[in-house]
Amino acid sequence: MIKLKNLHKSYVTGSNSLHVLKGISLEIEEGEMVSVMGASGSGKSTLLNVLGILDNYDSGEYYLNGMLIRDINETKAAVLRNRTLGFVFQSFNLISFKNALENVALPLYYQGVSRRKRNQIAMEYLERVGLKDWWTHLPSELSGGQKQRIAIARSLISKPKVILADEPTGALDSVTSMEVMDLLQEINDEGITIIIVTHEHDIAERTQRSIKLKDGVIENILYHKSNFKAVASF
Amino acid sequence: MFDLDKWQEIFSTIDKNRMRTFLTGFSVAWGIFMLIILLGSGKGLQNGINAQFKQDAVNTIWFGAGTTSKTYQGLKAGRQIQFTNEDYNFVRDRMEGVDKISGRFYMWQNRVVSYNKEYGVFDLFCVHPDYYDIENATMLEGRYINKIDIQKRRKVVAIGKPVQKALFKNGKSPIGEYIKINNVPFQVVGVFTDKNERDETRVYLPLTTAQMISGGANRIHNLSITSTLSAEESVEFEKHLRSEFAKRHNFDPEDLNAMWISNTVKQYKTFTNLFTGIQIFVSIIGAFTIIAGIVGVSNIMIIVVNERTKEIGIRKAIGATPLSIVSMILWEAVFITAVAGYIGLILGIGLLELVSSVLPENQFFLNPSVDFNIAIISTLVLIVAGSLAGLMPALRASRIRPVVALRDE
Repeated sequence: MIKLKNLHKSYVTGSNSLHVLKGISLEIEEGEMVSVMGASGSGKSTLLNVLGILDNYDSGEYYLNGMLIRDINETKAAVLRNRTLGFVFQSFNLISFKNALENVALPLYYQGVSRRKRNQIAMEYLERVGLKDWWTHLPSELSGGQKQRIAIARSLISKPKVILADEPTGALDSVTSMEVMDLLQEINDEGITIIIVTHEHDIAERTQRSIKLKDGVIENILYHKSNFKAVASF
Repeated sequence: MFDLDKWQEIFSTIDKNRMRTFLTGFSVAWGIFMLIILLGSGKGLQNGINAQFKQDAVNTIWFGAGTTSKTYQGLKAGRQIQFTNEDYNFVRDRMEGVDKISGRFYMWQNRVVSYNKEYGVFDLFCVHPDYYDIENATMLEGRYINKIDIQKRRKVVAIGKPVQKALFKNGKSPIGEYIKINNVPFQVVGVFTDKNERDETRVYLPLTTAQMISGGANRIHNLSITSTLSAEESVEFEKHLRSEFAKRHNFDPEDLNAMWISNTVKQYKTFTNLFTGIQIFVSIIGAFTIIAGIVGVSNIMIIVVNERTKEIGIRKAIGATPLSIVSMILWEAVFITAVAGYIGLILGIGLLELVSSVLPENQFFLNPSVDFNIAIISTLVLIVAGSLAGLMPALRASRIRPVVALRDE
């Protein structure tokens, strides 16, 4: 599903150049649930942004679903983000003036789905994340866990192949964190590839393997065998 | 193409960001409002002064005999100058640039005028036929004093509308009826109206008739003419007139008391210059008002787009194309400025209408109104400017990578 070959990325700020990703090669299969770990500044968020076509890269190759992603224009990137990828952010990134239902339905607006149809579908997804009764609420009226479940519903509504989660539990308490992880696990069980960036070990342990980054390179890959059972039948 | 769904999205954004919408709209509405008020006031002032002049012919010169204040060629000061029919003939035949001319002879001023048992006191004007044009009167019925009246010294009168009302209460036509002035019967030949109400309560009679009745021989108290001259030429005309009359009546041409001259051409020219000044002033202020509006709208649009950077990042992350972002911001800006501009337009025109209906009859401020084309064009300019101001940051926002926009918190 995702294939990286010797990926490099640096940020240029003024005269300084910060080499963040120093040759990442990686393959992630369809239906996998993978965590990316590492200390602050190890490049894990940058990697996720590149994978999500939210950011570009300097050299190397990135194949998403068999398609080389390089120097593609914003319009094509928008379509890929809309149809193939789903995002879950640490800070939720819900639109503050839209209610839960409208936030969930928004990706379908960009697919050209009619208002009635997309609100109907959004309601189904809200029901799935257990927030059907909260559909009129604005993000500011919801708890962190609720907000993240709204964000997950939003990432799911366009039926993506890959969900990219950047510290999805970073702003949540441990109980809520586990609830969110349960939800992600459920989604993964349906065959959607999930990549989670985290620095929490108990989160990483719930994925099938943890890719540990250090200073822009892969330090090691840890397999959590206990989690393979779920996929064994797959 | 009208995309209902796109507009629903825009309206929901507008509806949920009312403060922002209000601020953007207010600066546009205020700009247009002020512009309308400004243009309307300028126009009202101009209309007022124009109307003031239209009551009489705009190019009139009045002059009359006075008393000398300087000795001249052995003649004492304090001598009464007298104009005669010859002076009238002289000005009519020998002076360049004279269009209409009439003398005026004073007889029985403010005398009781009666018809049967109805009485009234009105101004008597003993004049030549051209006085009709000098006063800018309009006949309602019958005719004015004519040349034959002057030649035959007929006892006829043209009366003003209020005079008719006062004397002919039964509503019957006064034409052909005889009214008595100082017990002398005069036949009514016409009824006139005048834009200036003060000039309506008059009774006009032939100058020669008055000269005959009062034994005034060929005396004329003053003369008035309308001229075809420009303001500059009429100043020359005045000098020439004075020197000619000084020769005819033996007074010092420098003696301003011997003959008075009142020239509305000069006054009118002064006011025309004033208008040009006011118009230039209003245009400049108007242009600056629009510029201020443009700056205000631009400023707010830039702030709005900056404020929405994160929202734009989110939208892009979930699949918004750059085009959809630009179109969203642009259409919102166009919609808000258009509606607000229209509101400003309506309020401005409404206030002008209110002022002109509430304002008491005022000679110097009349019918404040705006050139509708100018108002529409100004509104369009503001809409275009507002959109352009929104377009720049919108394009920038649509181009930046979503990760940068998302980082911006």
